[in-house]
Amino acid sequence: MLQVKDVSKTFNQGTANETAALRNLSLHVKQGDYVTLIGGNGSGKSTLLNCIAGVFNVDQGHIIVDSQDLTGCSEHKRAKVFGRVFQDAMVGTSAQMTIEENLALALRRGMRRTLSRGIAPKEKTLFQERLKILELGLEHRLDTQVGLLSGGQRQALTLLMSILREPKVLLLDEHTAALDPKTAVRVLELTDRIVQDRQLTTLMVTHNMRDAIRYGNRLVMMYDGTIILDVKGEAKRRLSVEYLLNLFDQASGEEFPDQKALLA
Amino acid sequence: MLQIAMGAVILGLLWALTTIGVYITYKILNIADLTVEGSIAMGAAIAARAIYSGMDPFKATILAIIGGVLAGLATGLLHTKLRIPPLLSGILTMIGLYSINLRVLGKANQSLLRLKTIYTVFGDLGIGKDRFSTQLGLGQTLPILAVAVLCVAITIFVLRWFFGTEIGYSLRSTGDNPRMSRSQGINTNSMIILGLMISNGLVAFSGALIAQQQAYADVQMGTGSIVIGLASVIIGEVLYARRSFLSRLVAVVLGAITYRLIIALVLELGMPASDLKLFTAITVAIALALPVFKSHWEPIKNSIRRRVDVTS
Ligand SMILES: Nc1ncnc2c1ncn2[C@@H]1O[C@H](COP(=O)(O)OP(=O)(O)O)[C@@H](O)[C@H]1O
Ligand SMILES: [Mg+2]
Repeated sequence: MLQVKDVSKTFNQGTANETAALRNLSLHVKQGDYVTLIGGNGSGKSTLLNCIAGVFNVDQGHIIVDSQDLTGCSEHKRAKVFGRVFQDAMVGTSAQMTIEENLALALRRGMRRTLSRGIAPKEKTLFQERLKILELGLEHRLDTQVGLLSGGQRQALTLLMSILREPKVLLLDEHTAALDPKTAVRVLELTDRIVQDRQLTTLMVTHNMRDAIRYGNRLVMMYDGTIILDVKGEAKRRLSVEYLLNLFDQASGEEFPDQKALLA
Repeated sequence: MLQIAMGAVILGLLWALTTIGVYITYKILNIADLTVEGSIAMGAAIAARAIYSGMDPFKATILAIIGGVLAGLATGLLHTKLRIPPLLSGILTMIGLYSINLRVLGKANQSLLRLKTIYTVFGDLGIGKDRFSTQLGLGQTLPILAVAVLCVAITIFVLRWFFGTEIGYSLRSTGDNPRMSRSQGINTNSMIILGLMISNGLVAFSGALIAQQQAYADVQMGTGSIVIGLASVIIGEVLYARRSFLSRLVAVVLGAITYRLIIALVLELGMPASDLKLFTAITVAIALALPVFKSHWEPIKNSIRRRVDVTS
């Protein structure tokens, strides 16, 4: 399905700020895999997602989806394959446009945009139907400007937009990290429900080890631009936060930043 | 007095097309595009040269629009393909256009007196020939007003349709949130280029109409036009804007007219014409700073209101 093959990415090459964000990283995500991705700050999780989605060009290696090599392909063309939700709730939606306009943009992801109407009349009922899944009452506010919504509402909307046209792979980058704890749980539950219902192939970055263990069928841990742990199925279900923390300590020689919070 | 006001309204309408162009880049695409200064003069130069050479004024105006579209394309390519910052890309095109406009015109300025223009064509149709208009001394003005209103109305109509299409949506989202737009599969570079082309096409249209109205084209006529455009956009937004896209476009047009009425008024009050640009610059500076003033004023206003509540 999604193959990341021997990918390296270094920022600011040849300067004093040179950072190797990904080092010969390989990852093979299978159809229907629901991968949670963890790792300390700066371990390269976001860079990996950005390289997959084409925000950055890789220095070396290949990004392949369904045996199609996307490595040189521009970001907007790859959008046909990937649905994305970002950490910052402001990034995923257009604040100046209305809910229905945002959804209309998302409904045409990967399609040729023409001079026909931006929203076809019959699409409104589709949008209302889909918005109901979020259970936020947004189905009654189709022509509300998205800038007026809360961070949680915007993030839920972005999630809906990312799957409105079913992506081959869903890329979620700490999409609940910036939300207040209660909203974060709701959005995460919603994400889980959508991914399970539709059997979406998903790569979800989280900074929370408990969530990483609770959700998904596979867990990948990154450190310093490489993968240091990759467990699936039964082995994953038996993982404990203590084990992951230990592993992290061994790999880095330092403590995981939110360790105390996690064990509390 | 009527004639002065009428003159201001007409000038406002003709400049409204430039203002709409500025609105598209500044407000929708989120780019301050200085190409405007060159493309308005380019529109004037192309139309003047073509009309002077005997071309039909309608064809001449269309040629001018094409010139502006190409100017926008140049800026768009400089910005998206060569990764030059938008402000600088606009300046480069603007500077380059100065030489091009001189070549087009063949000299620094060109009179169009007694030549056939779009307005004389409409005048020949009989607009403004009735006794009432002649008595009021509007015989010359009415055809111009008719053309100006028609051009602005058609432009608004077409833009309202365009920005309601799939491509129009993509252009709006590109200006508002390019990252999101790319992640939704929109080619933001193409949208930026397209927006700059539309904008500068409109500006050149405006230049062509202004040149024909004043029967005179000058390669310098673009100087300060970006500031005039911004002033009009902001005035329109502050005074008239509502939520819908249509009302915003209308607000921009009203802003352009209001700007001209204000200028006419201060000139009437005795301000020397040479101070106009300074006046405009200060107006725009104040208008751009309005949010800052507001953020200072709101707490004061609220505290006053609170005090009033307590006492009452
Ligand atoms: N656009 C960028 N320019 C320069 N350095 C970057 C950029 N993006 C990320 N980095 C660096 O790459 C490393 C990995 O960052 P990132 O992928 O964001 O980590 P994570 O998401 O795991 O916290 C960090 O050292 C970060 O500073
Ligand atoms: Mg990150």
